[in-house]
Amino acid sequence: MLKRLRENKSAQGTLLAIPTMLWMLGLLIIPLILTAVVSVGRRSPDGTVIYSFSLENYFRLLGYSTSCANRQAACFDPLYVSILWRSLSLAFNTTVLVILLAYPLAYFIARAKPKQRNTYLFLVLIPLWTNFVIRVYAWMILLRQEGVINLVLGWIAHFLHISFQPIEMLYTPGAVLVGMVYEFLPFMILPIYTSLEKIDVSLYEAAADLGANAAKTFRRVTLPLSIPGVVAGTILVFIPVMGTFIVSDILGGRQVILVGNLIQRQFLDARDPTFGSAASLILMVMTLIVTYFYTRKFGFGEEIVVA
Amino acid sequence: MTSEFAVEMREVVKRFVTPEGNEIAAVDDVTMQIKNGEFFSMLGSSGCGKTTSLRMIAGFEWPTEGEVYIEGKAMGRTPPFQRKVNTVFQSYALFQHLTVYQNLAFGLEMEGAREEEIKKRVGRALEMVRLTGMDRRRPKQLSGGQQQRVALARALIKTPDVLLLDEPLGALDLKLRKEMQLELKALQVQLGITFIYVTHDQEEALTMSDRIAVMSKGKVQQMGTPVEIYERPTNKFVADFIGESNFFDGKIKSLSKNEATVFVPDLNADVTGMPISQGLANGEEVVVSIRPEKIRIVGGDAKEGNVLRGKVTNTVYIGADTQVFVDVANAKVKVWEQNRVSRLDPKSFYVVGQELALALMPENTLVLKKD
Repeated sequence: MLKRLRENKSAQGTLLAIPTMLWMLGLLIIPLILTAVVSVGRRSPDGTVIYSFSLENYFRLLGYSTSCANRQAACFDPLYVSILWRSLSLAFNTTVLVILLAYPLAYFIARAKPKQRNTYLFLVLIPLWTNFVIRVYAWMILLRQEGVINLVLGWIAHFLHISFQPIEMLYTPGAVLVGMVYEFLPFMILPIYTSLEKIDVSLYEAAADLGANAAKTFRRVTLPLSIPGVVAGTILVFIPVMGTFIVSDILGGRQVILVGNLIQRQFLDARDPTFGSAASLILMVMTLIVTYFYTRKFGFGEEIVVA
Repeated sequence: MTSEFAVEMREVVKRFVTPEGNEIAAVDDVTMQIKNGEFFSMLGSSGCGKTTSLRMIAGFEWPTEGEVYIEGKAMGRTPPFQRKVNTVFQSYALFQHLTVYQNLAFGLEMEGAREEEIKKRVGRALEMVRLTGMDRRRPKQLSGGQQQRVALARALIKTPDVLLLDEPLGALDLKLRKEMQLELKALQVQLGITFIYVTHDQEEALTMSDRIAVMSKGKVQQMGTPVEIYERPTNKFVADFIGESNFFDGKIKSLSKNEATVFVPDLNADVTGMPISQGLANGEEVVVSIRPEKIRIVGGDAKEGNVLRGKVTNTVYIGADTQVFVDVANAKVKVWEQNRVSRLDPKSFYVVGQELALALMPENTLVLKKD
C-alpha cells in the first residue's frame, strides 16, 4: 500500500489536498448551501426560519416593495439597491485610490537599494501588527468633531485670527473611504512591489538604448510588466472592501450603510436570517461578476501568485 | 560620418564606491580610438573594465573623468536615448511582454516611424537574422540562439553608427557560438557598421576582430590587430593572457636594436631574442617569452645558439598536437608538436626520459619587461 503510494505521484497530490478539501467542504461549501436554503425561507414572527421556497427576499433586495403609499399596488423601493450600489462604488473608488497611492510607493521601494528595501517593507507592514478595529478607532480620534485634525485646524485658525467652525468629517462617506484606503493599502503595495522588483534593470537600459525617455520607458515597459501586481492587489483589496462592515460601522455611523452592515443587522438586530442570507448571496454574486470580468481582461496576476 | 573615429575615449576614468565604502577605479585612464567600420574588441577577464567602458559609450554610465566622443562629438552626460549607438545586451534584455515583432518595432516607434515603414523594416531585419515567420512569438518561445538574434536585430534595426555588443554569445553553446561568430563578422562587413565587442574569450576576439584592446585592472594593456597581439605581446600579461607561452626570468647581457641576449639562470644558458618592450636597458631583469608551438625539437647534435638540451617528463596526445613537457636544467619547457604524420606506434612518439634538443629561434623569442 505504502509502496504503491510512493510510486503514484497523483495519489500523493490528492492525499496532500485532502485536509484542505475537508476544511473547505465543512466550513465553506456546506454553510454556503445552508445559506442558500435559508435565503429562500420565511421569517417566523419570533425570528426563526420557516423552511419553504420563496423568492420574496430577493425581490425585496432588488426593490420590490408592498408597503407603499398606495396600499393597493406594489412599488419600487430603492433602499437596498442603493446600498448595493453604494458598496460597489465604494469598493471601486477605494481600489482606484489605493492603486494610485500604492504604485508610486511600491516603485520607490523597488528602486531603492536592497538593504533599504527591507526596512521600507517592514514599515509598510507595521500597521498590520495592530488590531484592525483599533486602527479604525484611531481614525475616529483623528476625524471627530473635537478630534486631532479639527484641533490642529482650530489652533491654526486661532493663530491667524480667522473664525473656525470644526469640520464634520466623521460619519461621512469620505471618512469611510479614507478608512478603507488606509486599511487596505499594504495589500496593494506588496504585490505591486513584487512585480516591479522582478523587472530586470537591463530592460530599462534596453528601452533607453532604443530611444525611450523616462516617461515612455514607464508607459511601454515598466507599467505593462507590473500589471500582474496591480491585478493581484486589486483582487486582494476589492473583494474584502465589498464585504467589510467594521470600517463603515465605526467611521460611517448610521449614515453610511453598506451591504456588510445590512447583512450584519439582519442577523443581529432585525433577527431575519432569511433576508440576511439572501443579501449575503447577492453580495457574493456581485463580487464574482465583477471579478470575473476583471480577471478575464487582465488575468489573475498569476505571476505574482506563483512568485 | 564626419569624424575619422566612430568612438573615442580620452583619458577616461570611472570610479565606483563599493558597498564597503571604498572607492575603486573600474576604468583607469583609458584612451582608445575606434575607427569607422572597424570590428573592435575589448578583451579581458571579468572586472577588467571592459563592460564599464562599453556602458560609458552607450550612456548607461558617465565617466568620472575624461570624455567619450561619438562621431567626434563630446558626449558628456547625453542620455542613452539621444546617442546614435545601440546595444546588444549580455542577457539580451528582450521585452517578455511583447512579441518578436513588437520588440523590433519598439525602437522605430520611439523614432516616430510610420506604421508601413515599421512593417517594412521589421520584415527586413527578421530576414537578416533568419527569423522570418517568428514575428508573433514571444521571446520565451524562442531558443537561446533565436533570442540572441532578436536582440541583434532589435539593435541593428535602428541603423546605429556604432553597435555595442556585451558578450552577446556568452550564453550559447560552443557550436552555435562558433557559427554566430562568423555570422556576426559577415554581418558587420556587409553593413559596414562599427562594432565594439566585449568578450573574455580570446579565441572569439581573435576570430572576429580587426583590432583588439587587451584590458586588465581598468587599463588597456595593449591595442592592436589579432596578429600583433599574439605575435608581439608588449608585456608579460598580454603574452600570458592570449594563448600560451613559456616564460623565463633573466638578465640582459647585451642589447642591440634588434637583438637582446639574456642569461636565464633556470636554463643555465644564454637566450637571444627580440627586444619588444620599450626602454629596455643593459643589465635589466627581464622576462623571455616563447610560444610552445614555436619551439622546435631538433636533432641531438645541433649546436647553434639557443639550443637547449633536456629530458622529456611527460607527453600528452591531444589529436592535432602532441604536447611535450621537457625539463631543461631547472626549468620546465612546454613544446607543442603538430602531428603531421598519421601513426599509431607509441614508440614513434617522444617517450618519457628521452633526451632532446630544443631550438628557440631568436625571431620567435621575445624579450619583455618584467611587470
